[in-house]
Amino acid sequence: MSTFDQIILVAGESCTHGQLVADENATPKAIRIDVRDLTAVAQNLKENSVTYFDMLSCATGVDNGPDAATMEVIYNLYSIPFDHQLMVKVTVPRDRPEVDSVCHIWKTANWHEREIFDLYGIHFRNHPDLRRILLPADWEGHPLRKDYKHQDYYREVKVEY
Amino acid sequence: MPTDSVQYKSKPGDLIRSAPNKFSVENLRSEEMIINLGPQHPSTHGVLRLEVLMDGEIVKEVAPHIGYLHRCFEKHAENLPYNQVIPFVDRLDYVASMNNEHAYAMGVERMLGIEHQIPKRVEYVRVLVAELNRIASHFIAIGTYGMDIGAFTPFFWLMRDREHILRLLEWASGARLLYNYIWIGGLFYDIPVGFEDRCREFVSYITPKLRELETILIENKIFIDRTANVGVLPLDLAINCGVTGPMLRGSGLRFDLRKVDGYSVYNELDFDVPIGEGKMGKVGDCWDRTHVRMLEIYESLKIITQCLDKLTGDHKRSQDFDPQALIPKKIRPKAQDLYVRAEIPKGELGFFFRSDGKSDVPFRCKCRSCSFVNLSVLPEIAKGILVADLIAIIGSIDVVMGEVDR
Repeated sequence: MSTFDQIILVAGESCTHGQLVADENATPKAIRIDVRDLTAVAQNLKENSVTYFDMLSCATGVDNGPDAATMEVIYNLYSIPFDHQLMVKVTVPRDRPEVDSVCHIWKTANWHEREIFDLYGIHFRNHPDLRRILLPADWEGHPLRKDYKHQDYYREVKVEY
Repeated sequence: MPTDSVQYKSKPGDLIRSAPNKFSVENLRSEEMIINLGPQHPSTHGVLRLEVLMDGEIVKEVAPHIGYLHRCFEKHAENLPYNQVIPFVDRLDYVASMNNEHAYAMGVERMLGIEHQIPKRVEYVRVLVAELNRIASHFIAIGTYGMDIGAFTPFFWLMRDREHILRLLEWASGARLLYNYIWIGGLFYDIPVGFEDRCREFVSYITPKLRELETILIENKIFIDRTANVGVLPLDLAINCGVTGPMLRGSGLRFDLRKVDGYSVYNELDFDVPIGEGKMGKVGDCWDRTHVRMLEIYESLKIITQCLDKLTGDHKRSQDFDPQALIPKKIRPKAQDLYVRAEIPKGELGFFFRSDGKSDVPFRCKCRSCSFVNLSVLPEIAKGILVADLIAIIGSIDVVMGEVDR
């Protein structure tokens, strides 16, 4: 049994709300889970002795555009002792983007989630300190959304260059 | 010259509206105070603002405010073809541009499926220039760190020696800092004739100088007193916070992506991965982190020598060698998600790409920068220390704000 199959088995144990889908068109290989299962799966992937993903390398937000009407959050996990990687994807509706925070599992998530909130407007429930991180606090909108229109003026300075 | 149209008219309260304080004055206890450090402060290595909650001389809590150097890298990347993103990648960690380019080019090559076809000579040149740049970056890290805590001389020595590296890289690429030298599928140009000899001269010049540096700075009593047992980062916290690079190795884990992944030609090269051993204090203190950087310079010199041997031996310069031969005319990867990572001087630089298979621009290009993640550990280790030690800790993290803010 390959490592990826084992990982799917472990992750599948904690999926109570939806089906786990393996996504082979990704490097490293990815699983797509229901957003409500995220914290349970993450906790299990970190603590299970077979998977032991002790490091969260990266968390990425993706906006699929107004037509698809979905946004995604993608977590890149890495296990130092086993040297295997995994991508975990969750999809959220664009009109109500809410994801449970994984801050209490990996502290790395703190700033990454703040960044996703800043640039995409995805709200992370139970995040200890969800503020904008890269943009000024009084900036309007979330710039990496596909339908983003920047404001005309910021403090009397023209934004268009 | 009329500059009215772009003049910024500041009103009182503008700054605090754009970056509001995390701690409020009303909730302070009577002995507490808020000290604002930066964004314009010589020891914050750029534009980092720290809001420090203090009790007398003791730091109770730190809240970093970043984003002062945000240049919308990810937004730019979504609007440019893959090859035109490289100059922007240079500007992430602007003291180690070659390493950034290397990581980025590797990622796009993997998406295109041409990573195993890259000629060995190209790979060796890439590793050679990347390691030269790694040394230059560590010189900055150690030099400015010494200056932060009061040692001026090593900074000037290191700037002098770094200049040799910058001139070498300028000779190869035409630019001193932002090279645009490593292209997707190849190189901008082969290294110039005589470059190998100059590199060898540099290696023999720098080796005794490094010993000199160790004597004046690393083994200096004052330096040890300022850094040993300061800012101890335990290994479990480091891993949980995603810390990588010399910081993680300083905490005692032998983890280097050049060894673990063995990307490019690093698996054919012989080098060690130094770790912090707590020689002067506890494992994972500021001294360990600096010492790891120092030892890594020796390892980089080893790699450079081996690369030079290969470049003058097995993969010699030849008339018909074209470093641009494999560069694709049109870069359109098939639809996929890809995460690529590489070891740059500060840690793990990662790029997440999503390509939709229909266009020449990335649908999403996220940069996982190591300084960003390494800096996020600061509030954890800067509790209950003196404010002078806070400066020592910031310096030992070795942040480059261009990479933190992107």
